Amino acid sequence: MTRASCFAGIDSGSWNTKAALVDEQGRLLATAVVRTGADVPGAAERAFGELLGRAGVDRAAVASIWATGFGRHAVPLATGVRTELDSHARGALQFVPGPLTVIDIGGQDAKIILVDALGRRVGHKMNRKCASGTGSFLEEMALRLDSRIAEMPALASGFGEELDLGSFCTVFSGTEVLGLIRQGKRPADLARAAYRSVVKRVLEMERVEGTVVATGGVVAHHPMVVELLEVAIGARVTVPAHAQEIGALGVAIAALEAARSHAPADGA
Amino acid sequence: MASTPRAAEAPLASGARLKEVMGAHFAGVDRAARERSAPVAWCTSVGPVELLRALGYQVFFPENHGALLGATRMANEVMGRAHALGYSPDICSYLTSDIGSYLQGKTPLQRHGLSGAPRADLLLYSTNQCREVRDWFEFYGREWNVPVVGVTSFRDVGEVEPHHVDAIVRQLEGLVPTLESVAGRRLEGPRLEEAVALSRTSSDLWKSCLRAGAARPAALTFFDGTIHMGPAVVLRGTQEACDYYRLLEAELQARVRAGAGALPRERFRIYWDGMPVWGRLRDLGALFARLETSVVASTYCNSWVFDALDPRDPLRSMAQASLELFIARAEGPKHRYLESMVREFSVDGVLFHDSRTCPNNSNARFGLPQRLRRATGTPVLVIDGDLNDLRCFSDEQAHTNIEGFVEQLEGAGPRAPVSA
Repeated sequence: MTRASCFAGIDSGSWNTKAALVDEQGRLLATAVVRTGADVPGAAERAFGELLGRAGVDRAAVASIWATGFGRHAVPLATGVRTELDSHARGALQFVPGPLTVIDIGGQDAKIILVDALGRRVGHKMNRKCASGTGSFLEEMALRLDSRIAEMPALASGFGEELDLGSFCTVFSGTEVLGLIRQGKRPADLARAAYRSVVKRVLEMERVEGTVVATGGVVAHHPMVVELLEVAIGARVTVPAHAQEIGALGVAIAALEAARSHAPADGA
Repeated sequence: MASTPRAAEAPLASGARLKEVMGAHFAGVDRAARERSAPVAWCTSVGPVELLRALGYQVFFPENHGALLGATRMANEVMGRAHALGYSPDICSYLTSDIGSYLQGKTPLQRHGLSGAPRADLLLYSTNQCREVRDWFEFYGREWNVPVVGVTSFRDVGEVEPHHVDAIVRQLEGLVPTLESVAGRRLEGPRLEEAVALSRTSSDLWKSCLRAGAARPAALTFFDGTIHMGPAVVLRGTQEACDYYRLLEAELQARVRAGAGALPRERFRIYWDGMPVWGRLRDLGALFARLETSVVASTYCNSWVFDALDPRDPLRSMAQASLELFIARAEGPKHRYLESMVREFSVDGVLFHDSRTCPNNSNARFGLPQRLRRATGTPVLVIDGDLNDLRCFSDEQAHTNIEGFVEQLEGAGPRAPVSA
């Protein structure tokens, strides 16, 4: 593929930088995920390089690169930007038609995005300043449980008792966990309680109606969050393929749509 | 939606005069306090200042000082002193900034040649806006051993009824002996009428200036408005305020006639409800400019419009005006007011700033945004922040919220799967 016929999206997240490549029909060709670390532009370069390698295409085959995520304005590669709100809605719509509610749970924030039957975004809510309801909360809880976040799913799967963590505050929740440990509660039950807390905090943000699509790294790597979401809302939750890279896919689609319509690349 | 107006060539020229007017105000109060040439009072920003004007007081408005502390980002350097004294980080950050400033001896007023906020002979509050103002003033009353007097007003008022007005008038009348005693003179009817007349005139002129935001493109934005409203706050009831707003009104009307917007290009129009984020005023103004979105009107700037003031019935009209204020009203009147603003200023969206330490100026906490969206079909956005305490504000999250909201206004749908 030598003609510039691909479109790349880079989602510069707080933990990971995700990349996605689509062809001019919008078909997903490849994705990549790298740790963001402290070098946001560097992480974008690495993700993009890995993306090209996986797709087996040259840089010259990429017509444009757009960025999303918290570091979207710090990606020199990008010629256009969209917020995560736009990108996750756009990405979810590639799998499920509107009307739908997108629940995105990322490392640093959680979002509920409302999309109407025509695929237009009609509202959104983001978590308030605290990390409760986000991946950062789970990381803190894993630390308290002398575990690692990657081990949380296996740990929580052995739960036997339903426990609640009540605080809005991640630090106070950590204190609650320490108190429960002193009471002899099991780490498996506390890991489950951490997931329950994430789901409660997210669902407190906005009413969830219609088809629900869950995206983001937490959802992709912590299936118990999805199970608990389904129980809480009493309906099935769709987790699209590449749930973690859905924002990158969405912003790649935005780049493609802009090329089709010659729309200006806002804010680049 | 997109429009291509001629760009405003320069910032408002009145800004130079504004600096002079505000500088003269600070210097005047400071001089009176130092030289004992006139009695000095502190007054809450929507308090009964006309009584003070009529009695010859020089008047200082600590909320204006709070805004200066916020805008200069000095607030976060000093408010910890107030917290340590027992004033919680959860209460008004104007209060904690101002008291912290006093305790630390650090103030942006030093840039105007003052060593600190002028010491008062008397402090006059009205709780029509919140209870904090009374607690705030009582701190200084204890510090300086001076009288703290005021009006304990009604809150959450549905319709303003005669009995509400009667009760406030009685309280205003009850203030007079103390105000006279400290001033060393009697309150004269004609002087009060004159002060009310000047307040009404400056209020009408300020309202006319704010109407420039209704033009398309808007000739005045919220961000300019928060700066140019200074005289409406600190010089209400004076000729200086009237003179300044005549100047500003003329400049804004010239902009409107020329079809010149405050922004080079205006794609969308937003209404701002709630307090400014003073420490991020410039940053947020730049963000909205980059997004080609004018913040055309605000509850905050409108709060110094007092349509009820009438020099023919000074006390009663002062009472009526203080009760009609948005901040003193129940959710029903607030909803109706916001609906009228959406129509009058032709806005595409309404932003609610939920200010952590200012619940009385935060209108997103009882479902009002959702009801407004249902009633008007206008998209709404809530951002979390604070008037002064930047510990309660996340730049990243606010920017993403606002940029995402403007993307939403862009519509860009329908969005069927492109690969279908």
